[in-house]
Amino acid sequence: MPVLRVEGVTRRFGGVTAVKEVSFQVHEAQIKALIGPNGAGKTTLFNLVSAIDRPDDGRILFRNPIRTGDAQIDLARTSPHRASRAGIGRTFQHSQIFEELSVLDNVKVGRHAHGRAGLFSAFLTLPRQRREEAAAEEAARRALQRAGLGDKTEIEADSLPLGERHLLEIARALATEPGLLLLDEPAAGLNNEETERLAETVRRIRDDGVTVLLVEHDMGFVMEVSDEVVVLDYGEKIAEGSPLMIRSNPEVIRAYLGEDYLAEEEPR
Amino acid sequence: MPRFGQGERAGSATGEAVKAGEVGPGGWERRGRGRAWSWARGNLAFLLFSLVALTVPLYLTNSYYLSILAFFAIRLMPTIGLNLLLGQAGQISLGHAAFIGLGAYGSALLTTRWGLDPWAAVFLAALLSALVAVLIGVPALRLKGHYLAMATLGFGEIVLILLVQLKGLTGGTDGVVSIPPLELGGWSLADPRLFHVVVWSAALIMLRMALNLPRTRTGRALIALHRTEIAASSLGIDVAFHKLQVFVVSAIFASIAGSFLAHYVMFISPEGFGVTLSVLLVAGAVIGGLATVWGAVWGAGLMVLLPEVLARYNEDYTLLVFGLLVIVVMIFLPEGLAGAPARLLGLRRTLPDTVARRSQGEPVEDRGSECRS
Repeated sequence: MPVLRVEGVTRRFGGVTAVKEVSFQVHEAQIKALIGPNGAGKTTLFNLVSAIDRPDDGRILFRNPIRTGDAQIDLARTSPHRASRAGIGRTFQHSQIFEELSVLDNVKVGRHAHGRAGLFSAFLTLPRQRREEAAAEEAARRALQRAGLGDKTEIEADSLPLGERHLLEIARALATEPGLLLLDEPAAGLNNEETERLAETVRRIRDDGVTVLLVEHDMGFVMEVSDEVVVLDYGEKIAEGSPLMIRSNPEVIRAYLGEDYLAEEEPR
Repeated sequence: MPRFGQGERAGSATGEAVKAGEVGPGGWERRGRGRAWSWARGNLAFLLFSLVALTVPLYLTNSYYLSILAFFAIRLMPTIGLNLLLGQAGQISLGHAAFIGLGAYGSALLTTRWGLDPWAAVFLAALLSALVAVLIGVPALRLKGHYLAMATLGFGEIVLILLVQLKGLTGGTDGVVSIPPLELGGWSLADPRLFHVVVWSAALIMLRMALNLPRTRTGRALIALHRTEIAASSLGIDVAFHKLQVFVVSAIFASIAGSFLAHYVMFISPEGFGVTLSVLLVAGAVIGGLATVWGAVWGAGLMVLLPEVLARYNEDYTLLVFGLLVIVVMIFLPEGLAGAPARLLGLRRTLPDTVARRSQGEPVEDRGSECRS
């Protein structure tokens, strides 16, 4: 039973078709990568899956594998906060951390949907508020541990280096207890050591049972961590398969390097 | 400011774990302790402030000074609401004078026309303001920045026009007279000292509630959606709901202030609830400082006391001085007056961009000396 089924999804912006009839599936506890040249529609597709944007056509069916009692929902017809509550966690290409909060408080924001204490409890510091605060803190520390930032809880978030900002976004998304984690270019701007640390973290998260869908330009990273790869070009899916298959797929080489490169390569 | 040695710089660049307790970049351990300390200090500050505010009538009997302090409390209520709305949730309202007006007129009309008990009138007026805030907030809070400012400005103006034009109900420009004072256990709050204690109790309750907010689920949700609505909603936060909720709360605070005002001065007319007041409220919240709820105390205090001081010289200068103050504060005190003591003592938090560059090992100028000079 797949966790995510993208079925014939199309998204147009004016005259441009950013995503065209794309279909693929993501299976439980799998790391799936979405790659393609710039403008291929990867981020658009990501925004559709996290319900920040809605497709013109198609369905995006999600069944949370870690909360089996939940009904399947169509992410094409919901709002981002409902998608999050249904079990979609995501990070952003451009760091979207809350810079005025500490690392721990950033991750506590990810516990929002697990709390019930409202404004009234907050204003009056009711016992419920204190209980939830303690529970949120504990869960946030666990999420930071899982993302490998367990020793940085009290730091102001804005003082983290880029690599750790990406890990913080992952920790924050993990705090929501997602069934599917979407990572938008997690390795962008990272040096080799940071990328290595990220790859380890992502694999560990997958081994914990979280399904991962990621968009990434760093091919080394993609080939290293992914179980399966989907390739988009001009909004259409041109290939899907294991990293090994993708690497030698002529369509993919053409999309990335152009017709000429393929012609030159062939005589050898 | 101490600079980091080569070793530490390499450590942070490779993402090597630096244990708390060691002096890492930015002095984390010191900051961790600073957090607990600032919490204790915040509680102490609130207790001391409450004690002083509530005991003033014991040694101050001059009714002129007491009335100024009463107006301070009345101004503090909507400023706290705006501090939450603008400072934490990042939503502007240039129509909050209208909610004060609704509170004042609600109280005035319910007591004088329908003979309701003043406290019931305060409550019903607040309920009415909350309803209006929901009706206005649902469409207006979909707008951002300038558009939200314009929408709320328009709302304020509409309420003002209604107050003037609905002569049969509101008395038009003549206003409403002989509004009964509040009573408490048979004691009339027409006594300025009793009124002082009651109005300050109400303001302090609002202050305490607002001070409690930032470190809670709802408070963090507001800070998060202020920073980025998309990231906030992707973490399960219902952005529209939380924006509306804080808008309604700020409207209720403003409405209660208006009710207290009506029952205190016993006469109200529409001109006091126009755009000028709305703008002054926002200016007060900004001058006081939006980074902390205490900014509302500083802002409201200044907005009430300054005109009294200036009036001794020339009343016309008031707006001019306010305008200049906003500019000066914006340039030299980004945290507002509430951040001024720490800044002047050199204890202010390092500017974020400086911290970021420092953590990446880049040398940065110490900008503190510039700011102080």
